[in-house]
Amino acid sequence: MMEITEGSHAVAEAVRLCRPQVVSAYPITPQTHIVEALADFVANGKLDAEYITVENELSALSACVGASAAGSRTYSATTSQGLLLMTEVVFNAAGMRLPIVMSIANRAVGAPLSIWNDMQDSISLRDAGWLQFYAEDNQEATDLHFLAYKVAESKEIQLPVFVCFDGFILSHTYEPIDMLLQEQVDQYLPKFDPAEKLDAKDPISFGMYATPEYYLEFRYEMDQAQKRAKDVIAKAGKEFGTMFGRDYSALTVGYLLDDAETVIVAMGSVCGTVKDAIDEMRAAGKKVGLLKIRVFRPFPSEEIAKALSKVKRVAVLDKNISLGAKGGATAIEVRDAMYGSMIPVKGYVLGLGGRDIRKKDIKEIVSLCENGIGDQFYGLRKELI
Amino acid sequence: MAEKKKTCELFDCGHRACGGCGAALTARLVMQAAGTETIVVNSTGCMEVFSTPYPETAWKVPWIHSLFENASAVASGIEASLKKQGRKEKIVIMAGDGATFDIGMICISGAFERGHDFAYICYDNEAYMNTGIQRSGATPYDASTTTSPAGTCSFGNRRPKKDMPAILAAHGAPYIATASIAYPADLKQKVEKAINTPGPCYVQVHAPCCTGWGFEGDQTIAIAKLAIETGLWVNFEMVDGKVTKVKKVVRKPVEEYLKTQKRFRHLFKPKRQDAEIALIQAIADRNAGKYGLDINLRKE
Repeated sequence: MMEITEGSHAVAEAVRLCRPQVVSAYPITPQTHIVEALADFVANGKLDAEYITVENELSALSACVGASAAGSRTYSATTSQGLLLMTEVVFNAAGMRLPIVMSIANRAVGAPLSIWNDMQDSISLRDAGWLQFYAEDNQEATDLHFLAYKVAESKEIQLPVFVCFDGFILSHTYEPIDMLLQEQVDQYLPKFDPAEKLDAKDPISFGMYATPEYYLEFRYEMDQAQKRAKDVIAKAGKEFGTMFGRDYSALTVGYLLDDAETVIVAMGSVCGTVKDAIDEMRAAGKKVGLLKIRVFRPFPSEEIAKALSKVKRVAVLDKNISLGAKGGATAIEVRDAMYGSMIPVKGYVLGLGGRDIRKKDIKEIVSLCENGIGDQFYGLRKELI
Repeated sequence: MAEKKKTCELFDCGHRACGGCGAALTARLVMQAAGTETIVVNSTGCMEVFSTPYPETAWKVPWIHSLFENASAVASGIEASLKKQGRKEKIVIMAGDGATFDIGMICISGAFERGHDFAYICYDNEAYMNTGIQRSGATPYDASTTTSPAGTCSFGNRRPKKDMPAILAAHGAPYIATASIAYPADLKQKVEKAINTPGPCYVQVHAPCCTGWGFEGDQTIAIAKLAIETGLWVNFEMVDGKVTKVKKVVRKPVEEYLKTQKRFRHLFKPKRQDAEIALIQAIADRNAGKYGLDINLRKE
């Protein structure tokens, strides 16, 4: 059913349709509209869930750990400082193989304090064991939540998922959304039925400690599950497409890639701007394309290498920076995926702390890349440095 | 013919605690009181480590350990989940004094304020024992620990023990008690009350640590008993914020307790520190006044 709605409200509605039994969250800008909407659903009987109004984000995710281990589908949402405050639990939840889904309304991290968008928060936790999905628009932000529960709860995976969408740019923007109906979601997403849970009828111990004789294998198993997730996402995304017409089987999505000479690799809402810029560059005779990364964990290395095997050069946009390393995380990992191909991969760190990224910036980056200039910040105000 | 009594415990043998460990005895007694329909949430600490080295576990009830500081938040989530599923298991948190008095305070305050239904059992061995005997907010005045060592310029820990029961009483906890492993029947009764009283309840159990306090493992119960008899540990019950029951004693001087443990050795050797011992005696005297501890024997 088409409706025009705010990104956060669309996400909240998607979460409601997934029927979580326990919601636990702490308010933080720009995530607040999601958790307010969910509280309102519970208060008005539209969502049959326990809503735990915790005292901080560490407790928000800790309560999800308990609820998930006890056998309930659980949900939380956060961003930026809140995500970092719960970091210890983020790693813990993945290590305990609990299929929690958490929305991240991506925001910069302090200092200096910034409430505006970039992806430093979730990217910084890329090694925590969570799957990471990134939405380009609010339709995708909405749909990826259905996919997230389906994949997380798959017996082959049992890992938690971040569904990331750009704070303010998507979370506070109204767009037309094709919202699924309850019976459609129920048909796609079966009831949560974990293989193991805290249950007096069949006692097990969760979260034991492992000596050096055992620890390495626990991490190996998590990595194997991440790798298996590629196929599980492909299958669940295809099923979604068959049922509802929007296919999410691909971990990366190309735009005018076939004959492209310069390809921009990007994640999130900036992909819309990139596509518009590409259209204009194409009209001017430049063969430019886009490879959008929708799934950052598991990282689609093989898919990227294959998609970019015939291009002349690659420009990677990063709304994050691995300080002291060679640029942002995406560029570093794309370069690793392309290792041995001789195709130059240039990284551009931009848009941090909510700095606007415009079509002309994309065009300028393409020019820089064509001239072999890259692996740098883009858009610095020279008068300030 | 009478059936042979089962020796199997819900907190079973085979764990790796030190001989004479007060925390292990606490777990055993708490589980005897709690029964099979219980989910245990354990914070990081000695108990978690000595009872669950993968792939072995001493727990015969569902058990979860997440982190050091978040046991009450994890328990909040479990309670919400059970409620939604219509399940009736009781939730028991087992946490040391470091997890309770210090690192877990925010999570505890949040969970008690929200009023979740669980029994929070703090096994109080008065320092961070798992990491090697560092001071916590529960360490008593003048105790020597590895981060509050007695030395030429120090008598050990400079602060008195934090009053955790009073903090939780201020949160409106319906049932709060202190107990001691030296009085197992009383301890079990209090745990049962904490479990069966709706809402967040708290039992703080004095659980001497032979390794951390410096005494032989066969002295654990005797030392726990001396803490009560000297008035340095008070066993009481608090219902809706009012003290309803206190274990009264014929008090002994505090030095009878202090001299049994190496953590207080500096108060007696190389020379006796009368002024410091008097300050500790004053703590016991204040406890006696506050709780009405003293039994006044009639003179013949």
